[in-house]
Amino acid sequence: MADYDIPDDLSFTNEDEWVRREGNNLVVGITDFAQQQLGDIVFVELPPVGSVVSRGDPFGVIESVKAVSDLYAPVSGEVVDVNTDLADHPEAVNEDCYGDGWMISIAISSEDELEGLMDVPAYRQHVDDRSD
Amino acid sequence: MLEAIGVGSVDALFANVAQKHRLQRPLAVPAAASEQELLTELSTLAEQNAHSASHDWFLGAGCYAHFIPSAVDAIASRAEFYTAYTPYQPEISQGTLQAIFEWQTMMCGLTGLEVSNASMYDGASAAAEAALMAMRITRRTKVVLANGVHPHYRAVIHTYLGGLETQIVEAPRAADGRTAPLAGLVDAETACVVLQQPNFLGAIEDVAAAAAAAHAHGAKLVVVVSEALSLALLRSPGSLGADIVCGEAQSFGVPMGLGGPHLGFMAARMAFVRNLPGRLVGQTVDTEGRRGFVLTLSTREQHIRRERATSNICTNQGLCLLMATVYLALLGRVGLRRLAERNLAKAEYAKARIRATASLTLPLPAPTFNEFVVGVRGNAAAALARALEAGIVGGLDLAPYAPELGPALLVCTTELTTRDAIDRLVAALAGEQR
Amino acid sequence: MSGADRRAIVGNSANGFSYEEALLFERSRPGREGCSLPKLDVPEADPAAVLGADALRDDLEGLPELSEVDVIRHFTRLSTWNAAVDLGLYPLGSCSMKYNPKVNEKVARLAGFSGAHPLQPIALMQGFLKLAFELERDLAEISGMDRVTLQPAAGAQGELAGIMMIRAYHEHRGEKRRKVLIPDTAHGTNPASAALNGYEVIPVPSGADGLLHPEEIERRMTPEVAALMITNPSTLGLFEEHIARIAEIVHARGGLIYGDGANLNALLGVTRPGDLGIDVMHFNLHKTFSTPHGGGGPGAGPVGVKNALAPFLPVPVVRRLGGQEGEGFTLDYDFPLSIGRLHANFGNVGMLVRAHAYIRSLGPDGLRRCAEMAVLNANYLLARLRGVYHVPYDRPVMHECVLSDRHLDGTGITTLDVAKRLIDYGYHPPTVYFPLIVHGALMIEPTESESLEGLDRFVEAMLAIAEEAREDPELVRTAPHHTRRTRLDETRAARQPVLRWQPEEIA
Repeated sequence: MADYDIPDDLSFTNEDEWVRREGNNLVVGITDFAQQQLGDIVFVELPPVGSVVSRGDPFGVIESVKAVSDLYAPVSGEVVDVNTDLADHPEAVNEDCYGDGWMISIAISSEDELEGLMDVPAYRQHVDDRSD
Repeated sequence: MLEAIGVGSVDALFANVAQKHRLQRPLAVPAAASEQELLTELSTLAEQNAHSASHDWFLGAGCYAHFIPSAVDAIASRAEFYTAYTPYQPEISQGTLQAIFEWQTMMCGLTGLEVSNASMYDGASAAAEAALMAMRITRRTKVVLANGVHPHYRAVIHTYLGGLETQIVEAPRAADGRTAPLAGLVDAETACVVLQQPNFLGAIEDVAAAAAAAHAHGAKLVVVVSEALSLALLRSPGSLGADIVCGEAQSFGVPMGLGGPHLGFMAARMAFVRNLPGRLVGQTVDTEGRRGFVLTLSTREQHIRRERATSNICTNQGLCLLMATVYLALLGRVGLRRLAERNLAKAEYAKARIRATASLTLPLPAPTFNEFVVGVRGNAAAALARALEAGIVGGLDLAPYAPELGPALLVCTTELTTRDAIDRLVAALAGEQR
Repeated sequence: MSGADRRAIVGNSANGFSYEEALLFERSRPGREGCSLPKLDVPEADPAAVLGADALRDDLEGLPELSEVDVIRHFTRLSTWNAAVDLGLYPLGSCSMKYNPKVNEKVARLAGFSGAHPLQPIALMQGFLKLAFELERDLAEISGMDRVTLQPAAGAQGELAGIMMIRAYHEHRGEKRRKVLIPDTAHGTNPASAALNGYEVIPVPSGADGLLHPEEIERRMTPEVAALMITNPSTLGLFEEHIARIAEIVHARGGLIYGDGANLNALLGVTRPGDLGIDVMHFNLHKTFSTPHGGGGPGAGPVGVKNALAPFLPVPVVRRLGGQEGEGFTLDYDFPLSIGRLHANFGNVGMLVRAHAYIRSLGPDGLRRCAEMAVLNANYLLARLRGVYHVPYDRPVMHECVLSDRHLDGTGITTLDVAKRLIDYGYHPPTVYFPLIVHGALMIEPTESESLEGLDRFVEAMLAIAEEAREDPELVRTAPHHTRRTRLDETRAARQPVLRWQPEEIA
């Protein structure tokens, strides 16, 4: 079984995104499991700064050579920052998914929504369930 | 073989098809014909059709009689090309892939744009796909469609957009044959303006003005070209501000063939590449670092994105694309331009003869390339019948398409048209005995 | 300097008669031309004077300058880089890569077909109209449909037309249905065609046996559902045994059944989609009816319908004259409920001529034999490969069989590697990773064109690769080794798209 990096300081969604709280904002990216499943990422489409996303709705698209997936907003709120470097360097998602491969930052509009996120053990279980 | 499979008869292989669903009789299609019989039968049918060598030919209207060099069919008849399929396995499809890459390059040059796809079904569906593409890019739903776009293309655009929430507004034609100024038609809801160059009636449109009108409201300009040879003479639509250029490239070495298979094309600005429908070939390297070509950016397409694909298109017109690529390579940078100038010269000669003929008119003053409208006295159908008696297919009766012009014909001349044929056409249309 | 080194620098090719070939633009030399024009018999026209200098382009950017010999050698060399049906077995599943009879090419090139114009007088295209009428009649008979339109330019456009007719049918009855059911084994064109009509796609799972089950349809068949799109035989190569029951359910609730005709080859003369409850279907003339695949097209995708859908057919429609009208054929445009026009003209007529020639060559017995031999060949391959390759749905198949790479687990070898290694054995690989519900799918369609010894050689290659996967996996993983290009970097192509040639000073 492949080995997937799941950092201790992050929370996760059912759709294999990670989130990191920075003040009132949530930084969002996809997990190591997700990037390994997708393979070589060739394109990431992200929303412009200032757009408003709703929890569970697609906010962008990620493409590998042979697959395409939606990116789902982990919480509702306004997009306050976008990793524009991914436009020219989508490989950052493969090489450093928890660092340079971050995607957007969302201003949290409701603390309640954070309740639905997974912690590390829950996410590890979620990954294991699908990788046997 | 049956033993290896473990069944007693070929019929047993169909055991999963319930007896009541089996066809209990032979198909009621004609009995098999030998190759010899087939050739006789189909030759007989073919002989019942007029063609560009059986008559002097002045009929264009989106399908053009041009000379096709012998080398085109020599290459298109190579089974290594025509019995291959879509180049899914690049290691054994480099021939097809490189030819497509060359086509893409030449179409970028001709249209003045940065990316061309690997072809579409025909000019009409390419125009419809271009409108859909502009709607995706702008996330708007209104299409301003010039009356001067080929009426069949307009019909196909209506068919394609019919199932979606769209509004199609027609931009009228001015008295000179061109599209009237677009101001007032384009607004903040408009996804695109669709303009044909030269338009269906032959008039050369003001592409730059249309681009300005579209862009002023954030809409895209789609330029449709049904006579691709005009691209060799006219300033490229891309350089005049078109965002998407599409149409029909049958003129580049593809036989008229009763209207198909022809060769739809589509080119666009690089910024829109991810919204482009159809296949794309890109350059890359193999594991040894050698240049090679692959189908690329395929996540736009139906086999991956399924219901969210840019289009449902699957096949392209690969073999027609090959013919056009060979044709463009043969004609080349100098020859294609000279050919376009020849087409213009024939049309200008014909127009001069018509101008000098009292009973004929040129009702639309806008400049034209190789096709133009001729006004006749009385009845256009009768004029065409007189031409036919003289062995001439004299053009298209415009009554169903532009009745407001009165009795009028759409007439096309190409490099195949002789001076003598033009003289005889003019005489026949004028009703003169000669 | 060794011989190999010299060959890389001088001579025609570093590898004997296996030629590298530059791009047209790199071969270009100023002043060369590959065409000739007759002497101009009318006065020259100065384009700047006629059209205005502003209207003209300065140069034909991107076009090369080459002689006819240059062009012929260029494309002839390129042709040698392709696999093709005429070179050998091309078992691409769901594509029916059968032999393309040469007489079809000859008849399609007759001047009366290739040189005729779609808008020429009806009286001067009677031969074509008769051919179209007969082809419509024959396709209707083969499929059990009532009417056929020849207009769609490809299977996918046929699907689009079919779904449009379904939409028009419901709308005409005053019903707004918004959903279409599509099995998880369907071709990607199915959901894309439905979406282009504004329909929401509802996936339907296949059962454990790979078949579509009536209960799954029953559960989803609400009054909102306009149609079920079904491929029979399915892309697993299986005959949908419950099709009649499924059709009853769909029809009882006011829905229609769309049949994807991609796999019709298996059914010719054996059973007819129209007799199984299909209301509308397309034909892929380039699959079932032997028109060449052309390196990706042109295809042709006529659509057959039951009478209930006939009012919605695209225009124009070919009609045989009768009674007072005299002999012959005409084109009718007066269909007020028609979905409209799909093509600038009549469709891909050149392909219609070839398909007509094919049906005429085979006749009723030949068509049925074609299905029988295709099914026999596929079952033979399945029987010979079973055990060595995993068979995810082990049932008798129709015209194609689907295997998977599961038996190679532990070797590190996947379906992709098997496909690429097949190239070294001189075979075009099967369709891979489709249908999506089979992990590591290898979808093999031998067609009726293959002889027993041809099938045996293919089986031996497949078995040899399975052995290699265990004994020398690296050999398989790095295949192909005997092509002029090894595996190509698709990631690089997608990350930094180079979609046209540009002179070096720009690129």
